[in-house]
Amino acid sequence: MKDLRLTRRRMLVGAGNIVAAAALTASPHWRALAQDAKEITVGFIYAATRNDYGWNQAHAVAAKKIAELPGVSLVEQERVPETAEVVRVMESMIQLDGAKVLFPTSFGFWPFIQELAPKYPDVLFVHAGGLWKEGDAINTIGYRGYMEEPHYLCGIAAGRMSKTGKLGFIGSKPLYFIFNNCNGFVMGARSVNPEATCQVVITGDWDNPVKEAETVNVLADQGVDVIVANVDSPKVAIETAERRGIYSCGYHTDLSDLAPEGFLTGAEWNWAKGGDFVQAWQTGGEYPNLYRGGFQRDMVNISPFGKVVPDDVREEVLAAKQAFVDDTLKLYKGPLRDNQGNEVLAEGQEIANDDNEFKLSVKWLVEGAIGETGLQ
Amino acid sequence: MTNRSEADDVGRHSLSSAHGASRMALVTMLAPSARGFEALILSLGALVVALVLFGIFAAMTGADPIAVYRTLWLGAFGTRFSIENTLTLAAPLMLTALCTLIPARLGLLVIGGEGALVVGGLGAVLAGALLTGLPWPVGTLACFISGAAAGALWIGFAGALKHWRGVNETISTLLLNYIAIAVLMHLVSGPIRDFAVTLKAQSWSISQSYMISNIPGWSVHWGLVIGIGVCIVMFLILRYTVLGFSIDVAGGNVRAAEMAGLPVGRLVLLASCLGGAAAGLAGAIEVVAVHGAVSESLVVGFGYTGILVAFVARQNPLAVIVVALVLGGISASGGLLQRRFDMPDAATVVLQGLIFLCVLAGNALSGRIVRTGGN
Repeated sequence: MKDLRLTRRRMLVGAGNIVAAAALTASPHWRALAQDAKEITVGFIYAATRNDYGWNQAHAVAAKKIAELPGVSLVEQERVPETAEVVRVMESMIQLDGAKVLFPTSFGFWPFIQELAPKYPDVLFVHAGGLWKEGDAINTIGYRGYMEEPHYLCGIAAGRMSKTGKLGFIGSKPLYFIFNNCNGFVMGARSVNPEATCQVVITGDWDNPVKEAETVNVLADQGVDVIVANVDSPKVAIETAERRGIYSCGYHTDLSDLAPEGFLTGAEWNWAKGGDFVQAWQTGGEYPNLYRGGFQRDMVNISPFGKVVPDDVREEVLAAKQAFVDDTLKLYKGPLRDNQGNEVLAEGQEIANDDNEFKLSVKWLVEGAIGETGLQ
Repeated sequence: MTNRSEADDVGRHSLSSAHGASRMALVTMLAPSARGFEALILSLGALVVALVLFGIFAAMTGADPIAVYRTLWLGAFGTRFSIENTLTLAAPLMLTALCTLIPARLGLLVIGGEGALVVGGLGAVLAGALLTGLPWPVGTLACFISGAAAGALWIGFAGALKHWRGVNETISTLLLNYIAIAVLMHLVSGPIRDFAVTLKAQSWSISQSYMISNIPGWSVHWGLVIGIGVCIVMFLILRYTVLGFSIDVAGGNVRAAEMAGLPVGRLVLLASCLGGAAAGLAGAIEVVAVHGAVSESLVVGFGYTGILVAFVARQNPLAVIVVALVLGGISASGGLLQRRFDMPDAATVVLQGLIFLCVLAGNALSGRIVRTGGN
């Protein structure tokens, strides 16, 4: 008869087999690295200036937070255009500063990242908004927050505070995330005021202060009394709104001090979540190539409330925020029509808050939004 | 006795004229090198003074000047990567400098390099996108020729205005810069736009096969070699041909040139066209070697920096090569300065401005340092 006693040798052999099996069948996203170094240089690249009260400032705020992580030293470079120049800048940071994690923060940097990443497999490239797909470099990450969720909360505040029931949404380019944000804003407002409408204007530029100011003035003339501007720097739009005496909601980062009288709240990024990727790279841990999330994953935030917002509205907004965190509140649910009268979702249909495919395919504006997407 | 005195006088004259001739010969031999020596001192001096002033500027922003100088070196020539960066940035400067240099030899002040570059880029893109199916050497050459021709016409137009209407070429070429950029933005946002690129306004792309690659073993494109080559050719033309001599004479004194029978008007047109062709070629190279299409990223100031290069090089095409490398190096280290010292990215522009001011001041000293005979 075979000896089946559990000897120490058998235990060790068995344990060794289990570990080996685990290592061999580990998930495909495991990227173990020899690098266990604690010291790491992180580089941030901005397309404009860091204190632009907008997109770049949101990243600069995150950069400061990431710089406080253990072992991280930070280098930053501003005003890098979305051209082949950024490839030179990235290489300069890698070769001359020894950077091992790069955050090229402008949307248009993605193709250049894909061009450079295979050349430096020991460097991690973290991009805001990149739509990573199979075949892209494995040392790149595209991460983005579901801005439509905080826009929904802004919509609630706007719907409650607006006296005319007319809102205004200024968008930059006809892209899916602009449409989702607009839909979130409108649906949030109509959840507390079903008669609310929202004028939608797409300027066509990431940054065009003259057009944005003009648009706010035109909207205010038409009776709109709450605006939100999805542009690279909403500063001009918010200041114009403040001058016209109407309410405003912020975008990207905390803009409450730009409009002391009229600021309601704002949709903010929490790009500092990228610190998780830095730590993963530092320690050889796991990281995703495509990361999307809303309040549940702590990828987005809302700005502090303006002084004009009463307590009951604040509570309502925060309750909805909690509902997003608990995933009890779904952004897109039936019955839902678009502003051309077509049915998008039937009664009882519901879209999960992390359904990326659906959100990427949004090319329409919800009922209540007055305007066109500008797509051919 | 008159005869003897005449003979003596003649003898004395011939003696003194022999002395005079040898003295003139000696001076003529020394004078060019003396002038060249003086030019070298003035240019180097301007650079040194500008660097010192920049060090003071750096100290005012809270940075250690010595560390700044070391970083400038590191970013420009310190590593192989830095050198490649410098070469990439210097290549277009060599050509845009010629746009100022060639007319300057004629006494004209042309500052239209930026506009000519833009127009050259447009010409190259149109040729490269519309003429498809050609074998690559022909296609690439077509892009270059198209770009150079466009640039030549652009600045040649300013030259024509100068010749036939007396329009000041400095103002006309400066304004043509703005016109060229406006035309570029208009075309790129509509008529020649590639709508498949959603994120920014970009033109049609040239056929992939027409693009030129990097010099083997280096991350620098062949445009560098073209730039150096054109500068050498221009030097030879200006120094050793009748055309070059005519330009120098007309540049020295227009009336004397006219009286000598030189076709000054035609020289003005020719010089303008040559300068414009050089800058247009720079624009074509940017398209064919770097971007593959045009967009607003073509307008980065190479034309304006070219003016600076021409002046620091004191209108000598060979010196342009060296000065372009220096200024390319300064541009290349801009990013590093920003990152290491938290200096604004415009710091390198400040340094370039200081260099320009010092060079202009140095011009005022021209002729005072080394006295040349027969001035």
